[in-house]
Amino acid sequence: MMFDITGKRSMFLIISEIIILIGIIALVVFGLKPGIEFSSGSILTINFEQEVVQSELQEELANLGYDNAIIQRTGTGDFFIRTQELTSDEKIALEEAMGARFGPLTEREFNSVSSMVAAETVHNAIIAVAVAAVGILLYITWAFRRMPKPFHYGICAIIALVHDVVLVTGIFAVLGAIMGWEINLMFITGVLAVIGYSINNTVVVFDRIRENLRRGVHPDFEMVVNSSLVETLSRSLNTSLTTLFVVLALLLFVGASIQNFALVMLIGIIVGTYSSLFVAPTLLIVWEKGEWGRLVFLPRAKTEEA
Amino acid sequence: MVRRNTIVFFILLAIFAFAVCAIIYPMFGREELRLGLDLQGGIHMVYQADFSDLEPGTEADAIEGAMAVIERRINVLGVTEPLIQKQGSDRILVELPGVGEAEKAKNIIGETALLEFREQKVDEEGNLTWVPATATIDGKEKVLTSGYFKENTYVGQGNLSQILLYFEWNEEGGEISGEVTGRLIGQPLGIFLSGEPLLGDDGQPIAPIVNSKITDRGIIEGLSLKEATELSQLLNAGRIPVPLNPIYEQTISPILGADFIDMSLMAGLIGIILVMLFMIVYYRLPGALASLALIFYGAVVLAIFKLIPVTLTLAGIGGFVLSIGMAVDANVLIFERMKEEFATGRTLGAAIEAGFNRAWTAIRDSNVTTAIVCVILIWLGSSIVESAPVTGFAVTLLIGVLVSMFSAIVVTRTLLRLFVGTRLAKRTSLFSAHREKK
Repeated sequence: MMFDITGKRSMFLIISEIIILIGIIALVVFGLKPGIEFSSGSILTINFEQEVVQSELQEELANLGYDNAIIQRTGTGDFFIRTQELTSDEKIALEEAMGARFGPLTEREFNSVSSMVAAETVHNAIIAVAVAAVGILLYITWAFRRMPKPFHYGICAIIALVHDVVLVTGIFAVLGAIMGWEINLMFITGVLAVIGYSINNTVVVFDRIRENLRRGVHPDFEMVVNSSLVETLSRSLNTSLTTLFVVLALLLFVGASIQNFALVMLIGIIVGTYSSLFVAPTLLIVWEKGEWGRLVFLPRAKTEEA
Repeated sequence: MVRRNTIVFFILLAIFAFAVCAIIYPMFGREELRLGLDLQGGIHMVYQADFSDLEPGTEADAIEGAMAVIERRINVLGVTEPLIQKQGSDRILVELPGVGEAEKAKNIIGETALLEFREQKVDEEGNLTWVPATATIDGKEKVLTSGYFKENTYVGQGNLSQILLYFEWNEEGGEISGEVTGRLIGQPLGIFLSGEPLLGDDGQPIAPIVNSKITDRGIIEGLSLKEATELSQLLNAGRIPVPLNPIYEQTISPILGADFIDMSLMAGLIGIILVMLFMIVYYRLPGALASLALIFYGAVVLAIFKLIPVTLTLAGIGGFVLSIGMAVDANVLIFERMKEEFATGRTLGAAIEAGFNRAWTAIRDSNVTTAIVCVILIWLGSSIVESAPVTGFAVTLLIGVLVSMFSAIVVTRTLLRLFVGTRLAKRTSLFSAHREKK
């Protein structure tokens, strides 16, 4: 039995275009909520001995002059208070004031980032993502150097990557708008891990195309790509599954500070598997055949196939 | 061939046994896995030096002096394995693992602390205690501190090559000193930092005996070279060679860290069990062998973490757990290839060898791309202040990728070869492999 994956390439590409479009719209409309690592500020995590109502805490913070404080309750009953950057003295004063109103408290965690550090972090994180993309492009071009048009492979792999990254960040923009999720360094780490992971899948498919082209299994490039896809399908799905298992375990059991990372990975693995199976290889065919119309016209493409 | 494989098998077994021992028992002076601040609690501070008031060319000395004074001050706290590091040319990183009293520690590190001179007094209960040495100047009581030094102190040698520490008071310091030392001739003068005595090489408080009244310049005798040098640095730095402003702070209570360790252990365990179950159900015997290789992988990676040592952060454990899922990837590639080769009519032994050989380029290329990302993340980690999570993740994932290639290829192949030629290998259902039906 032989699946015809590449024949439906118009459909897959249109789906991806819609996904990317939604992701970009979400990014433009909501934007990403930067955590203190990128925007500076302080996060104080405290635990009260007595039961404290969140609205009262918010009110008390406003009284103390922290109108913009963001309060979240963690799963373990701790309060997570985000403010502008606090000095040591300001923090002590804040804790004393809260203690006076709500009773004894313990500080679980305190994290403070100055604006200088935040600006550096944003700058370097952007460079890291860009360098990763270029590094991978160069490596893939090199690995496929004996093929005709090695650059095509690199570019198609990078497009699949951008696809994954846009979708992941788009989902985080929505999560930020609805649930107040912020992106932090673990998010960037997750995005880079997704880049590595998604490219990994793409490379396996491309590797099989390389081999099948060399063996000359079929004169038609499209058929070569299709059989390569089918042959590597169970491997791609199985590896994604085993990785999904461990990521789910991380998400369910550790959560907390690596929640961002685990969720990025979860989405990234699913989208990355999709893009490495249905986006990167089909784009390769589209480029090879110069059928750019397939990227825009779904109905016409369909009649073509029929 | 068979004999060589058996030898390799026993070498692998020896590596595994060594790794397990390295994890359980102290080895090369390492007692346990080194945990990051987020897992054991502690303080992570980064200070930015403000050079604006400094003479050009003295910045490096000022930073070194500041680091020396911070180190000395931290020793008073009795922290095990503190880390004081210069970052770039103008920043100092201070990491204090396991410290619960963040505020006290920060005050001690902070720039305001001065060395204070104290004299011995007998209190009401008859105990000898140290109280600040004060003098009354213009009707005001003033404490003698290192803030009154005029120039930097320095260490020299006397005629009898004894070690001497030279110091000089400024005008006000000279007046206070004159009164204090005049009163205390023949008595010790203790040197205190943030209420704690400075300790010498012998663990006793450093307390030079006053020989004569000192109004401008003087010497301290009787110190070892090390003591004198350190004290001199401390006294000089006590004059605040450069203001330090905190630009990044993270303090985590030790209790919170303990929760994370349990949770991440749980996640790792469940993850590894799910992966093994899947591999065994889907690939049968090869899957079971891959699971053994996975155990080998886990033990070797943990042993490497402990022996290098790699500081394990929460993100680092995330990287490790992730690498478990990815570690079987090479095996999946190989087994799928084996099935294909077997289906085309090769013998099992030939299919295994072909599976390994043909899967190699895909394994290499996919792991190289992951390694590229890891290296970039390590660079990112080294270039930013809040580096711990990023570096922790990248280092563990990189180690994981490298070891997994070895375990998936060498370990699984060796185990599989042991089975080829045995009766078990005749039962192809164990390999979930089928001949192509034509």
